[in-house]
Amino acid sequence: MKIKLQFIFVFLIIIFVLSIFFKSLFENKNYIPEKIINKLDNQSITEFYSSKNYKLKDLFSPEEYIILNIWASWCVPCRQEHLHITNLSVVDNLKVVGLNYKDKKNNAGKFLSDLGNPYDIILIDKNGTESIFLGAYGVPETFLIDSELNILKKYIGPINLEDELEIKKLIK
Amino acid sequence: MLNLIGNYSLVLALTISIIIIFLSFKTFKSKENITFNIFFIISSQFFLICISFLTLLLAFVYSDFSNLAVYFNSHSSKPLFYKISGTWGNHEGSLLLWLLVLSLFNLIFYIKSKKLLNAFRSLTIFFQQIIILGFLLFIFFTSNPFQLVIPTPIEGLGLNPILQDPALAIHPPILYLGYVGSSIIFSSSLSALVCNYVNKEWASDIKKWTLISWIFLTVGIMLGSIWAYYELGWGGFWFWDPVENVSLMPWLCLTALLHCTSVLKKRLNLKSWTIILAISTFILSMSGTFLVRSGILNSVHTFANDPERGLFILIFLTFLILISLIIYFKHNNFNQENKSFIFSKESAIVINNWFMMYFLSVVLIGTVYPIFLEAITNEKISVGPPYFNQLIIPFLIPFLIIMALGPKLEWIKNKKVRVKLTKIILFVLSIFISYLIVRHFSTKVLYLTILISPSLYLFFISVIDLNDEKLKLSQKLSHFGFSILIVSIILNSLFSEEVSVNLKKGEERQLSNYLLKFKNITKTEIDNFTSLKAEIHVIQNNKELKFYPELRLYKVPETITSEADIKTNLFNDNLVVVNYLKDTDYLNIRYQKKPFMLLIWISAILLAIGGMIGLRKDFK
Repeated sequence: MKIKLQFIFVFLIIIFVLSIFFKSLFENKNYIPEKIINKLDNQSITEFYSSKNYKLKDLFSPEEYIILNIWASWCVPCRQEHLHITNLSVVDNLKVVGLNYKDKKNNAGKFLSDLGNPYDIILIDKNGTESIFLGAYGVPETFLIDSELNILKKYIGPINLEDELEIKKLIK
Repeated sequence: MLNLIGNYSLVLALTISIIIIFLSFKTFKSKENITFNIFFIISSQFFLICISFLTLLLAFVYSDFSNLAVYFNSHSSKPLFYKISGTWGNHEGSLLLWLLVLSLFNLIFYIKSKKLLNAFRSLTIFFQQIIILGFLLFIFFTSNPFQLVIPTPIEGLGLNPILQDPALAIHPPILYLGYVGSSIIFSSSLSALVCNYVNKEWASDIKKWTLISWIFLTVGIMLGSIWAYYELGWGGFWFWDPVENVSLMPWLCLTALLHCTSVLKKRLNLKSWTIILAISTFILSMSGTFLVRSGILNSVHTFANDPERGLFILIFLTFLILISLIIYFKHNNFNQENKSFIFSKESAIVINNWFMMYFLSVVLIGTVYPIFLEAITNEKISVGPPYFNQLIIPFLIPFLIIMALGPKLEWIKNKKVRVKLTKIILFVLSIFISYLIVRHFSTKVLYLTILISPSLYLFFISVIDLNDEKLKLSQKLSHFGFSILIVSIILNSLFSEEVSVNLKKGEERQLSNYLLKFKNITKTEIDNFTSLKAEIHVIQNNKELKFYPELRLYKVPETITSEADIKTNLFNDNLVVVNYLKDTDYLNIRYQKKPFMLLIWISAILLAIGGMIGLRKDFK
């Protein structure tokens, strides 16, 4: 009898622990946004077509999400994810911002005219420093940012259909 | 081509695994002798997994970017050494390494256990094979290292530069050897329970495996902290980072088990406790893997976050825990054990175990509490060093004193302990020394100063014990190593100094006792990064030290890392780290003085050497 009770007791504790693990597996893991906001704050970055300078925080407007996609014409997986970026560009409350990473302007332009331009605005990161400041790892990389400048999600590497659907779900 | 060979050998290994599970269960049921067949099948499984690991290694060495894992984690301009270590520097490859070690240990167990009971052997292989099968399925369905990229990219994405470090290149494999060694302990104790084989013979067999995994885990953890100290440049060696804790927990459990098995071996006592420890060691290793790989914990060690992988490990973990719970409660019918003696070695060891369990639970709670809190209340917290210090340090005091006295006690006998004069003198001496230290140096941390006397006491006693013929060399050496470890950690955290300043080239600044001069900076292009070397002079008491810390700008992937310049001698580490300040000509310069760093590494090595000597003795 005593052993049975012990068993039930241990069993319940373990089930509890495991179910908590299970629950937190599917929690939406937001990044702690504070530092990244500060980094975004005062950088002014040149726009691709107009050569105007923008501050990243000017791009944000209330009730709108931003997808910040770091890409380059020389990057093979960027071509692969281009379709999904294009699909995202038609979503209503989502602004797609491209950050052109260490690229030649001609090549980048050709990339866009070949495949289509999914971006609402494209910024230039000529020597790759802005990307470092965003905490990026390489190209391609995609950040989902809300109107309060919180980075909700960060995708390292090309995004796929699954990620696209996830982004659409997140911003609803 | 390579991908195909690797993939198909995995498939074959999977099939063989099912065959072994079937065969070993059959031999267990029919109580037949294990036949040659099983040996043949086990070694061919090992051979197949070897092949698949080698193909992955070759794919990395030859930069075959048609392989997804290679494409994501390698780059053709990387030095060969890091191409090789890149094989296990990523999630998929490291799992393949786990699997390789699992099957290797399975084979070694088979070869080394010929003297033991047949039913026990076949059942152990059965359980071990279930673990192998679990990992094979995991690799196959969620993290196959042989996925193709079509079309083949021209260049890879590169290995994260902070992972490009010699200590880190060998740290994971050694740690895995430790983790995986505990899998044998797990399967062997489950099967010993079922076969009612928990006896002295079993104890001396399991002690070997415990020692093996303990040694590897000790060295693995040490290499990890060496990496954190030299490469991350955080100016410390232990941060209570969740992933570090995850490797510390099985270590604590193994240490307890190590002491426990000697009681079992000598006195046939503590049977069920030994089994519980053996099971929990592996469960803790697996939960650690789960926490790290599922991305629930965020830290420098986190591999790609993927709930699917986490889910798989979680299901597997639940399965293993349930099996072991059911077997434990069904077969746990040990009689009430022999009566115990208060002043005997057993009780000292039991007390050691209590403390180990206490430390274990502190670390465990500190690690998983944030996860629980977030799951239940959505609040995010991180548990830092103050929590661990406050809960662990007070309990270290009695622990260290008992550790100093325990080994001298005798088995079984309940002799009144004669308190020797030397011990009292040493105790007074250590209190006196710590008084002097507190008096003469302005110490900041109250807790730590209390710890000085017991740790010095342990140190003195273990130095004297080194000459004691009655004690085992392995034990003397390990305890001696541990005492140095504790003393140097305490002195290190008491006497570390740090100054930090932003300087331009040519500037100098006086900070407390130190004069920092930024003399020069040079730029050189090296293989896969650009190096900026600063020349910095630190002057204290008319002694001038020159430092050449470095900033590395990696091209692929684009990252800046900072390499400290460290001047080491036996008693002091002096180091300078520079950091890049954006859009300025300034560099942030940090000078640190860390006493006894070298002793910390040496003492960890002594611990491991003690273990190795013990292992050699057991194999004789």
